[in-house]
Amino acid sequence: MHGLPFQLAQASTIARSVDQLYYFIMVVTLFFTALIFLTIFYFMIKYRRRSPDERPKAIEGNIPLEIFWTAVPTLIVAVIFVWSSTLYFRNSEPPKGSMEVFVTGKQWMWKIEHSGGQREINALHVPLGRPVKLTMTSEDVIHDFYVPAFRVKKDVLPGRYTSLWFTATKVGTYHLFCGQYCGAFHAGMIGSVIVLKPDDYERWLAGGTQGESMEAAGEKLFQSNGCVTCHLADGSGVGPSLLGVYGHSVKLNGGTSVTADDAYVRESILNPRAKIVAGYTPVMPTFQGQLTEAQIGDLIAYVRSLGNAQPKPKPKEEGKQ
Amino acid sequence: MSTATHVPRVHAPRNYLNADYGWKSWLFTLDHKRIALLYLVSITFFFVVGGFFAMLMRIQLIEPSGAIVQPETYNKLFTLHGIIMVFFFLIPSIPAVLGNFLVPLMIGARDLAFPKLNLLSWYIYILGGMFTLYSALAGGVDTGWTFYTPYSSLYSNTQVTAVAIGVFITGFSSILTGLNFIVTIHKMRAPGLTWFRLPLFIWAMYATSVIMVLGTPVLAITLFLLALEHLLHVGIFSPSLGGDPLLFQHLFWFYSHPAVYIMILPAMGVVSEIIACFSRKRIFGYKIVCFSTIAIAVLGFFVWGHHMFVTGQSIYEGLIFSLLSFLVAIPSAIKVFNWTATLYKGSISYDAPMLYALGFIGLFTMGGLTGLFLASLATDVHLNGTYFVVAHFHYIMVGGAVMGYLGGLHFWWPKITGRKYPNGWAMIAAAVIFIGFNLTFFPQFVLGYLGMPRRYAFYPAEFQVLNVMSSAGATVMGVGYLIPLIYLIWSMRYGPPAEENPWGATGLEWKTASPPPTDNFKEIPIVTEEAYAYAPEEASGD
Amino acid sequence: MLRRRPAVTDAEAQAHSEHVGLMHQFEDLDQQLDTDTLGIWVFLVTEIMFFGGMFTAYVLYRGLYFMAFEGGSRILDVRLGATNTAVLIASSLTMVLSVRAAQTGNRRALIGFLIATMILGSVFLGIKGFEYHQKFVEHVVPGLDWAPEGATLAHIAPGGLGHAQMFFIFYFAMTGLHAIHMIIGMGLLLWLLVRAYRNRFTPHYFAPVEVVALYWHFVDIVWIFLFPLLYLIGGRY
Repeated sequence: MHGLPFQLAQASTIARSVDQLYYFIMVVTLFFTALIFLTIFYFMIKYRRRSPDERPKAIEGNIPLEIFWTAVPTLIVAVIFVWSSTLYFRNSEPPKGSMEVFVTGKQWMWKIEHSGGQREINALHVPLGRPVKLTMTSEDVIHDFYVPAFRVKKDVLPGRYTSLWFTATKVGTYHLFCGQYCGAFHAGMIGSVIVLKPDDYERWLAGGTQGESMEAAGEKLFQSNGCVTCHLADGSGVGPSLLGVYGHSVKLNGGTSVTADDAYVRESILNPRAKIVAGYTPVMPTFQGQLTEAQIGDLIAYVRSLGNAQPKPKPKEEGKQ
Repeated sequence: MSTATHVPRVHAPRNYLNADYGWKSWLFTLDHKRIALLYLVSITFFFVVGGFFAMLMRIQLIEPSGAIVQPETYNKLFTLHGIIMVFFFLIPSIPAVLGNFLVPLMIGARDLAFPKLNLLSWYIYILGGMFTLYSALAGGVDTGWTFYTPYSSLYSNTQVTAVAIGVFITGFSSILTGLNFIVTIHKMRAPGLTWFRLPLFIWAMYATSVIMVLGTPVLAITLFLLALEHLLHVGIFSPSLGGDPLLFQHLFWFYSHPAVYIMILPAMGVVSEIIACFSRKRIFGYKIVCFSTIAIAVLGFFVWGHHMFVTGQSIYEGLIFSLLSFLVAIPSAIKVFNWTATLYKGSISYDAPMLYALGFIGLFTMGGLTGLFLASLATDVHLNGTYFVVAHFHYIMVGGAVMGYLGGLHFWWPKITGRKYPNGWAMIAAAVIFIGFNLTFFPQFVLGYLGMPRRYAFYPAEFQVLNVMSSAGATVMGVGYLIPLIYLIWSMRYGPPAEENPWGATGLEWKTASPPPTDNFKEIPIVTEEAYAYAPEEASGD
Repeated sequence: MLRRRPAVTDAEAQAHSEHVGLMHQFEDLDQQLDTDTLGIWVFLVTEIMFFGGMFTAYVLYRGLYFMAFEGGSRILDVRLGATNTAVLIASSLTMVLSVRAAQTGNRRALIGFLIATMILGSVFLGIKGFEYHQKFVEHVVPGLDWAPEGATLAHIAPGGLGHAQMFFIFYFAMTGLHAIHMIIGMGLLLWLLVRAYRNRFTPHYFAPVEVVALYWHFVDIVWIFLFPLLYLIGGRY
């Protein structure tokens, strides 16, 4: 049996600040608990009934006192709210240049794919000191990616992407738990996040099961599934060119615009009629049921890689109908 | 301890218990007091069943690899423990037992507005309970009491539809009870009993009833759609047809958060009555406590999103729900301060009901404050889905609501049964429960912070020490609950007879016999004094 | 305790009209009517929350998948829906006339209007049943018979077949729940009819008629929301 544990490793850039807030709230909790307990205890003894006919005088109340003990707790929770929300906001956006990792949860394992194509099951190797952004989806039910030592957690849902990010600050191996009940072996859907020094990490990258990168796999899928037939690079095809699209604003039929992010690309593949690019017709077939989550992730990586390419000039003729 | 006296029935005056005999007089009764006792027996039964499942769970968690059952079985245990405790014990408990018994008496009426609906409420509760017991016996349910989709609708092979029907049906018991109370309190108060002369228990019952009536139907429709999805295998809440699993969560929590206020407001009402009586003082800031009660009920409808902070919702959504969740804590804090202030310069006696009420204040304070960790976005990310949450809600539901219920039972037992119970044993039991409870659930706060997720049938070995501590505490707490079961049943036959007002309390229920006659009062009283008229200048001399 | 009450003759009803129907927990019939009315209003609030949950889900999905929902709506028979709307509104009229009849102690009119309401309710349910049957013929019943083809398929495919199925799930769930409420209403009307026949109601005691009327009006109003949301969003005008 292990010793009595009270401390949890602080192994990410946000862990310490989360703990500081946690300890502050704990101090508030302990203070008010002690205040109430001790006051009650004191009153219980000081004002204990001394004779059976005792009849204390009536005390209706005291408005200034009520205002005081309404205002003070309100102030305290306001402080906690502002502190917490600021921290939460700051932690919500991953830094630019984060290392991208694609995570698929399924009953009852974690499938991890690095952008270079390295795959892991129930383990995630990351380099020390570099921000890592996880894009996650589920193949079946709701799961949850939870790394206590990093103080990060996010639900993993079927049919959509959620993301979380962290920067590891301590070399070591840390628990990865599934934090949302997902069926029989929910308790077994655990793994490890292994933080390595940068050179050790490079060594791991090179050594392990190397497949092709997600981008390269995505390009292959783009060809084999016929996407390239309509989405010609010069924009002369039935569908719009995908050069310079990812990360930018896309004008839709009906005048609205949308930012081409992961969710947009995914929706375009699975539910193409939902949003039609301005000037095009709804003829793209759906690929629902024909691609696995991992393949969709590969395609997104490929489209993302085209995002910075220069869009080719439009062909001189009008009428793409 | 008092001497046991067996009072032969033939000498007892005519009251609601001896007015009529035979099973028909109980199962077809329209008397709110008898219906309260029907509920008392049934919810005690469900408490034992739910507690039994909890016992098996705590035994399982002694061993990191799981001591006694397979993971699939454990998953069914925590699911049924949750469903039974929430829907068949906590939600009905105080309203259906104490509320049914006391609301007409406290307002000087002869019965509730709709006695037949009241009886129907009980039958609906029993029918829902039968569906749930069936689902437990026919293989169980393993979705968690929260039934998150798509697991519960498209992946689980257990009795999801049966239990959804069971809870759906029982919801109507809640709705009808709430409806009855609202209408009764509006329309049937005795002459002179204005709103601000009402006992705080009635205010609590009123606010609770409003929540029951507004919230429970949303649960009903959600479970209906869930059952439809499970039966027909179509994706209302699952991505296969474009359904949204988060929509299920929003609809579910829209009811289930206010539901926790259904569980705690009645207990707060009981505590107000007990603190006033056993300090012989009006509750400090009576009107403020009334408004706080209403504020909790209203605000409670706007915080449900704090159960969903890590679902990937927008940060602005999180901000709003976080702010509102902090605000709903304030009226509860105000109440705690007012109860404490009531003790100031009071005349305090330590009878068992008072021990439960004071225990409530302490444990509710702790439980409520730990809610701050969860309302706070940054810390909730770490603590959501862990044992911290489990500890938080057990502090409030067991340390709070159950203590309130037991305190209320002990306070009004002489009125309900006409008998007194041994105070010494009652005080011992209160202490054992308090200690056992803290031993069980305090370690779980630590477990949660350290990262142990909830609903785990087995866990990493480093969490064992705290789990063993918790299981040991649960044993103590279990023993603590057995003690009142024994002496309260004992008292019904051997307890000394109780007078009309054994505690010297104010309130109309104490101005009639113990137990009361079937139609409650010889004459409907006319109310001329404020609530809690304990002070010498106000007391009508009892 | 629950007990059967003996029938009341006309003469008795006249003689004891202030007390006929008074329950022991009330002072007088006025308080009783007041209380019964508040009771049914509170109950209707719960029904609003009940249907409201479903309407919320419907509105959300309609916003997300408007093309599929419009396609599905186009398959519904607007004429039958409109007829049903007219039928229900008429039944609310006969219902309120029956309350008036009870208020004025007109037993024959009361019985007549109750029967008229029941007939109109049956017409509604009959048309609904026919519509459901049509859906089976067209194979657009999710979970039980989902295999749309031909013209039906052409109408609903553009928005995505999966989302069209979502429309039909809500169609059946919403109209189905409404129909169940109608059937319960029919049962309540029958109960009123029996009591009216046995001369239970007097100008002082007619609360049950009032209460059932309020329930009936509510069920009507729910339909008035359902009809446009389900039948009229197809944009066929």
